[in-house]
Amino acid sequence: MKEFLEGSMAVAKAVALCKPGVVSAYPITPQTHIVEELAQMVADGHLNSQFVNVESEHSAASVVLGAQATGVRSYTATSSQGLFLMAEVVFNIAGMRLPIVMTDANRAISAPINIWNDQQDTISLRDSGWVQLYMEDLQETVDFHIMAYRLGEDRSIMLPVMVCMDGFILTHGIETVDMPSQEQVDKFLPPYKALYKLDVEDPMTLGPLADPDYYMETRYAIHATHKKVLDLLPKITAEYAKATGRQYNGLIEGYQIKDAERVIVAMGSVCGTVKDVVDELRAKGKKVGLLKITCFRPFPAEQICDALKNTARVGILDKSVSLGSYAPLAAEMKAAFFGKKKKPEIISSFVAGLGGRDITKESVKEMFSMLTQKEKACEYIDLKPELLKENYE
Amino acid sequence: MNKHLYAPGHTACAGCGQSLAVRLVMDAAGKNTIVANNTGCLEVFSTKYPESAFEVPFVHSLFENAPAVASGVEAALIHLGKKEGTNIIAEAGDGGTADIGLQSLSGMWERGHDILYICYDNEAYMNTGIQRSGLTPHLANTTTSPKGQRSSGNLRFKKPIPEIANAHGIPYVATASIGFPQDIQRKVKKALSIKGPKYMQIHVPCPLGWQFAPQASVDVGKLAVETGLYPLFEYENGQLTGVRKIPPKPVEEYLKAQGRFKHLLNNPEGIAELQAVADRNIAKYGLKAENTSA
Repeated sequence: MKEFLEGSMAVAKAVALCKPGVVSAYPITPQTHIVEELAQMVADGHLNSQFVNVESEHSAASVVLGAQATGVRSYTATSSQGLFLMAEVVFNIAGMRLPIVMTDANRAISAPINIWNDQQDTISLRDSGWVQLYMEDLQETVDFHIMAYRLGEDRSIMLPVMVCMDGFILTHGIETVDMPSQEQVDKFLPPYKALYKLDVEDPMTLGPLADPDYYMETRYAIHATHKKVLDLLPKITAEYAKATGRQYNGLIEGYQIKDAERVIVAMGSVCGTVKDVVDELRAKGKKVGLLKITCFRPFPAEQICDALKNTARVGILDKSVSLGSYAPLAAEMKAAFFGKKKKPEIISSFVAGLGGRDITKESVKEMFSMLTQKEKACEYIDLKPELLKENYE
Repeated sequence: MNKHLYAPGHTACAGCGQSLAVRLVMDAAGKNTIVANNTGCLEVFSTKYPESAFEVPFVHSLFENAPAVASGVEAALIHLGKKEGTNIIAEAGDGGTADIGLQSLSGMWERGHDILYICYDNEAYMNTGIQRSGLTPHLANTTTSPKGQRSSGNLRFKKPIPEIANAHGIPYVATASIGFPQDIQRKVKKALSIKGPKYMQIHVPCPLGWQFAPQASVDVGKLAVETGLYPLFEYENGQLTGVRKIPPKPVEEYLKAQGRFKHLLNNPEGIAELQAVADRNIAKYGLKAENTSA
């Protein structure tokens, strides 16, 4: 049913359709509306779930860890500093192979404190073992929360999934969303059946100490399982399309890239802006396009290289940084193309939108324009030199 | 021979007080028990893959989050309709309880989960090599509160965790010691018969960290209680309902049994400071048995 919804409400409704038995969260802007709505659903008796209010994000993640380890589907949401406070538990959840789904309302990292959007928080946890999916709009956000449970809980995967949605832009943005029905979701997402769980009828030790004889294989197994995600996710999106009529690739999405000479690669809500600019420039006869990356972990390197093998000039738009080195997505792209016979002549790196600075259509046009120039190693877009106290040239 | 729910074959040190306490606790709790454990000695010596000493469901996650993990276990059991008849125990060492895990523990108490939390108190970070914790006693020599030309050891006093527990308004708070094994089991059974959050702090002497012979663990534990340095008490709903009466022995008897206080034996002022700690406990909890002389 089509509804006009704030992003956080849409996420709460999508999560409720997945029937998590335990929800636990600690409030942080801009995640709050999601968990407030879930708390209200529980209070009104519309969601049969234990809502556990905790004293920190560290405990929120630990509560859902304990609940999922007891065999119950669980959910949490956070943002920014909250994700960093729970970072230790985030790695632990993946190591314990607990298929929890978490929403992160992407937000900048302190200092200076800043509540607005960029993607530094989740990008910084890219090595945690979680699957990371980046959302362009609210319809995707709804649909991928449901698919996230299905993917993570698949017996061949058993990994947690982080659904990353740009803070404010998506959490507080309002769009028309086609909400799937409970029947559709029930058919698509069977009840959670844990592979291993805490059960007095079948006692088991979870979270043991693994010495050098055993540890490395646990890491390899997660790495190898991520490769399976690249095969399974498109199958799950195809099944989801059968159930709902909405089609996704799940890994990447090309927009006007077939004959494009210049392509921007981006993740998240900025893809909508880039698509608008592509349309405008195409109307003027410019051969430009967008490659959207939905799945950042696992990184679909082969699919990306294949999609861009005939593109001469590629610009990578990062909304996060690795201070002192290349921007994160740009580094991954260059690594993916290294040694390939067919690859872009130029891979330029653009950093934009940090701490909520708007990435306007003009910003995107500037990036497309820079793609006609020589390769940029790490170009900050819309930087205000007048605010810098030293000359860094 | 009865099968213990905490089985032999683990890798604890000879004479480990904590390991003895865990066996007593698990047998008292019974098989319908789920354990959430902080990182520490216990988890390391009992659950090294591919072996486990636990015959009940056991989960270890991190150093400071067992109370929150146990809270999630409880929430999940309620959701499944399986909470009735299942005990949940969260447990940790003294550092995991009084220092790094105190926030998580406070949250568990405040939310009112039906969980028994047990602190196995061996009075320092033994797993990492005998560093001081918030529960290290006054003047104990540890690797990070060493005795030296300008120091007599740990200058702080034990953090009053049982009082902090009581301040949360929880229904049951008790201390125990491996010096008195039946008392541990009675208190565990009593705690598990009460709904809501419970706190037990069990004194578990550590031969390695305290420097005494492994066969002396139980005797050292007894002396801590009998001198008044480790008072055994029970609070129900904030009211003191029971204490173990003692014919108070001089603290020197306890101190000289261990290497960690050896530096005090020629230091009458230091001994007097610890005697004052014991005397305060004796007065506060009314520990002195009638018709006995110290």
